[in-house]
Amino acid sequence: MNQIFQFATFFALGCFVLGMCLAVYRLGAGPSMADRVLALDTMYINGMLILLTLGLRFGSPLYFDIGLLICIFGFVGSVAMAKFLLRGEVIEP
Amino acid sequence: MSPDLPAWATLAISFLLIVAGFFAVTGSLGLLRLPHFYSRIHAPTLANTLASFCIVVSILIMASFVEHRFVAHSLLVSFFLIITSPVTAMLLMRAAIKRELRRNAETQEEPQQQG
Repeated sequence: MNQIFQFATFFALGCFVLGMCLAVYRLGAGPSMADRVLALDTMYINGMLILLTLGLRFGSPLYFDIGLLICIFGFVGSVAMAKFLLRGEVIEP
Repeated sequence: MSPDLPAWATLAISFLLIVAGFFAVTGSLGLLRLPHFYSRIHAPTLANTLASFCIVVSILIMASFVEHRFVAHSLLVSFFLIITSPVTAMLLMRAAIKRELRRNAETQEEPQQQG
């Protein structure tokens, strides 16, 4: 039963890392600026999920607080960049 | 992992973890593969919120069994994501629409699909 749990956490970590790599590709090759901000948003959510899964695997409650902080500050960063795209100077990509 | 978890709790946690992995890969693959920005914005916003909800429910099950009482503080992450994800998506969509309109007004071309 423990091996099933280990495999599940390993699989979930692999999936999150794969999703983060795809988001990094979109961050580099996005045709518009809003694509890059969206890729950054996906990246921080995937990183938060990685931290939560690590906390589940190691049985430590500290990872959960770090995940909560990443959630809040990632939202603040995404909103700041979206507002810059909305109201900022015209800088064509 | 603490050894005193019952079998069905371990199976439920493992199932939720695998489902969360599938949803996260689906969202990021949609971010990579979909053609336009206005269709790309739906994939990570929906799928990653669902993946985080699965992870949070598995954390809730495990913490409740470890501490022998109902621990609901892990629902905070899901609560924040459910509130903040549509706000981010809406702001990004408004920014993309405004930038596209501005560029079309400058160049007087056909409307492009890139934001």
